[in-house]
Order: sequence, then C-alpha cells, then structure tokens
Amino acid sequence: MSQATNSQIHMPDAAATSAAVITAQHLNAWYGQTQALYDISLAVPPNNVTALIGPSGCGKSTFVRCLNRMHEEVDGARVSGIVAVEGANVYNRGIRPMYVRRHIGMVFQQPNVLPTRSIFDNVAIGARLNGLAHGKKLEALVEQSLQRAAIWDEVKDRLKMPAFLLSGGQQQRLCIARALAIQPKILLMDEPCSALDPIATLQIEQLIDELKRAYTIVIVTHNMQQAGRISDRTAFFLLGRLIEEDETIRIFSQPAKKETEDYITGRFG
Amino acid sequence: MNIRTSLASASKPANPFQPDHGLLHVRRQLANGVCIFLTTLFAVAAATFLLYLVLYIARQGLRFLNVAFFTQAPKAAGELGGGVGPAIEGSLIMVGLAALIGIPLGMATGIYLAEYGRGFLASTVRFLVDTLTGIPTIIFGLFIWVLIVVPAHSFSGFAGGAALSIIMIPTVARATEEVLRLVPKELREASIALGATESRTILRVVVPAARAGIITGIMLAVARVAGETAPLLMTAFGTPFFSTNIFRPMDALPLRIFNSTLSPYDIDIQHAYAGSFVLILLVIVTSLSVRWATGGFKPRGR
Repeated sequence: MSQATNSQIHMPDAAATSAAVITAQHLNAWYGQTQALYDISLAVPPNNVTALIGPSGCGKSTFVRCLNRMHEEVDGARVSGIVAVEGANVYNRGIRPMYVRRHIGMVFQQPNVLPTRSIFDNVAIGARLNGLAHGKKLEALVEQSLQRAAIWDEVKDRLKMPAFLLSGGQQQRLCIARALAIQPKILLMDEPCSALDPIATLQIEQLIDELKRAYTIVIVTHNMQQAGRISDRTAFFLLGRLIEEDETIRIFSQPAKKETEDYITGRFG
Repeated sequence: MNIRTSLASASKPANPFQPDHGLLHVRRQLANGVCIFLTTLFAVAAATFLLYLVLYIARQGLRFLNVAFFTQAPKAAGELGGGVGPAIEGSLIMVGLAALIGIPLGMATGIYLAEYGRGFLASTVRFLVDTLTGIPTIIFGLFIWVLIVVPAHSFSGFAGGAALSIIMIPTVARATEEVLRLVPKELREASIALGATESRTILRVVVPAARAGIITGIMLAVARVAGETAPLLMTAFGTPFFSTNIFRPMDALPLRIFNSTLSPYDIDIQHAYAGSFVLILLVIVTSLSVRWATGGFKPRGR
C-alpha cells in the first residue's frame, strides 16, 4: 500500500467526495462523557455496498446511526462534525432529524416488525406516516416494496395476517420492505443477519446484491466472510477510529494497516 | 493386569451426579417439601375463601334474582319484591362518567410519565400519583363534597362520577406507565427510523403495542370504582327512584347494598345479598365484554 492511499483515507479527495452519496467528515460521537467515535472521515460511493467491520464496541453501529441521526435518540448522545447526504449536511441547523430519516432506510439487528399489525400495515406504515401514498397507490407501493424485498410470493395471500406469524428471516425481509417503502436512495443495515440462520442469511445477502443496483447500502457486520461476500468496499473500525477503508478485495488480501491484518487474520477481535 | 483394572473401572464409572449426603440431604428435602406444602396450602386457602364468599352470596341472593329484580325500583323497607333497577342504572351512569373522565386523564398521565417525563416535574407527578393510590377513598368523597356538592346545594350523580374518576386516575396512570415501559425499544426505533415524530410513534406504535396491558389496568380500575361505597355516600347519596338526571341524587349498587344492610328487616338483608351478586356479575360481565370487544384475548407477539 502506498503512502498516498493512506493519506486519502482520513481525508477523502475531492473527486471521491463529489461522487459520493454519503460523506462523513471529522465525525465525533459521544454517549454522555464517553467518546464513541473519533474524527471519522469516510465517503460512500453510490450504488455500492460498503461494509463496516470491526470488533464489538468499535463504533461501527454508532457510525451508521449517526448517518440518519438515530444516534441522538439515545439519552445524552451527542455528535460533532459533518455528514453530507447527497450534498447536504444532515447536521445543519434547521434540518429536522425526522426529515433526514425519511430519506434513509434503516434495517436493525433484531427484526423489529410491529408484531400485532398486519403484514400490509407493517410495510405501509412508513408511507402513511410520511403521507407518501394512500388507497390504490399505497397498495401498489406495498406490493412493489415486498417484491423488491423478495418476500412478495411468500406473503401475498396473507397480507392481513399479523406480522409476528412470520419466521425470523421473513420478518427481517419484511423490515427491509418497510424501509424500501419510504422510497429511500440509501439503505443502512445494522447487522441485519446476526439473528438469522444461514439460509435466511443467504436470502438477505442475495437480496442485498440485487438492491445495490438501485440503492446505496451501508451494512454493519461482525461477520468478515459476509463482508467479503457482499460488499464492494470495506471500512475497518477499531476503538472508535476508522483504521482503513478500501475496496473489499484489497482489505482482505493486502490491508495497509497492521491492525486490519491482525483483525482479519483472527489475531484479535 | 493393567488393562483389566482399567476395564473394570471403566465398566463401573464414578457417579458424576453425587447426591447430598446425610443430614444435608434430609434438610434440603425437608425444606423443599415444606416450601411446596406451605405455598400450596395458602394458595388453596385464598381460593377457598374467595370461592366460599361468591358461593355464599350466590346462595343467599339467587332466589331473589328474577327479571323484576333487575328492572324494578326498590319497595319500601321490609316489603317483599321490588328490585335494584335504579341502582344498576346509577352505577352504570356514574362508572361510565368516571371512565369518561378518568381513563383519558389517567392514560395521558401514564404516557407522560413513561415517555416524556424527565426531571423534577415527572418525579413530582409520579410521587403524587403514588400518594393518591394510597389515600382512603372516603377522602375523595369528602373532597368532591366540598368542591361540588356544597356549592351546588345538592347531591348528584355527577359528583359521584367525579369522585370515582379521581379514584381511577392514579390506577390507570400507573398501569399505563408500567406497560409502556415494557414495550421493547426496538419498536420505537423502527418507527422513528421511518421518520415518524415522537408523538406519532407513541400514539401509533408504542401505545397499540401495550394495548392489552393498558386495558387490563383500566378494567381493574373500573372494577374497583364500581364497588366503591364511601365516596358515593357523600356525593351521589342514593335514591330509591329511577333518575337519569346526573345533577340529581343517584343510586348505585354499593349504596343500595349498604342501605339495605342497615335495615332492621330480614328481607332487606336478603335483598342486599341479591344486590351484591348483581354487582359481582356486572363487574365480571363488563370486564369480559370489554376485553372481547377490544381484542384483548388475541395472542400477542413476543
């Protein structure tokens, strides 16, 4: 790895920044007095899967939660720095967090469907909350979202049934459909497969591969094989710092930093 | 030789599940047995008393139960016949009135405490609500008597409903708060991440998820006030006549029972048993039908 590439890691160059959909610059985050992120600068290119890897507590989840302003939902949480999404800083004064979240879909670790609501309502809820569609248009949007999340065939005959009747893997794909129904360009996924079995994981991974044609995806994973399988770029976090970010193939074959190499070869973490 | 001994020991492995020895074993077995015996005994005793009470009331009261008992006004003291019609009507009106005021106020308080409340104001509210729960209900009757009955120069169903509603508020508030706190934070996050506002998240996601628990809390509060007597003595007062005017004195089942038991005539005491049975029936029927109507019997996720 050349020195030149190294210097670009912490300060994305102009070309990369302008093409990027999400650009974080000098991002710091705290939980009360504890600093969770230190000076993160990272650019996420469009229609691409960026995986965030690193040991537990390294800040990768905190980082994605900063991108759609979910971080501040925790009591005492605080952020400084810039997150530019499609050119606008989401932390600008005057930008309300709920409008940021309506542009960015998010999928969580636990499939958090609304258990007693119907499958249809679970997908429709975002669109309803945001006033995106109603009536026939809403029905079409729900169907389209379920199709994109590759679960339409499994649920089309039982849209009225409560969502908790679905299996864990189906619930997670339902959550993805729900996130897609707000028609975002960006999809954040916080360890979406860690509660799922290998078959459900495979389905989600295939889905991510499909979705990246239309969406920019940032995925947190503690599973390095998964990062290797599905991502185009990989960022390695350690103790709240971004150690390095590059094409996935490079990170896994010839990482620039010793810490990265130690982690991916299993020497710690 | 060596092989033999090892085979011999292999065929008789040491027991890995060593039991307790001697006194220790006896003591543990004994303690275990005593625990099971006592808890079972007390559980059966509690259930027996309850069952005995209900059966006794039913036995004493059932022979007076007929359509007339539900629909007619009470006759003069000591006379056979008549019913608790005005009392049923009054109880329904006043408990309904109490629910109308108490449920929204109680739920709003509970939602505030669980979702928005921070700092001094919240802890003050919580402390006051807890204190209200512990105050003898006759005090609320006295309070309403001073506040409404005296200025209006009249006992009234409205005053009775108001007294009952104050009794309901803390129960409903605390029940609502407790169950809202049990809603997993993942559900809130799901809604917030979709761009919903906080209030929308609470009203459309969190509260519905806690629905069954909130309804249980409300029904407990309703059942409790349906049986209240003391606060109604000073507010609704009671009347032997049918009256739907909430600004006039109104009868209630507990009041009717109370007044009947004061009578020197045996027949009135018997009527009180029948009235008690009707009250128990009323509470059970309302509770079950509200549960059924709001889907509280449906299975819940998680």
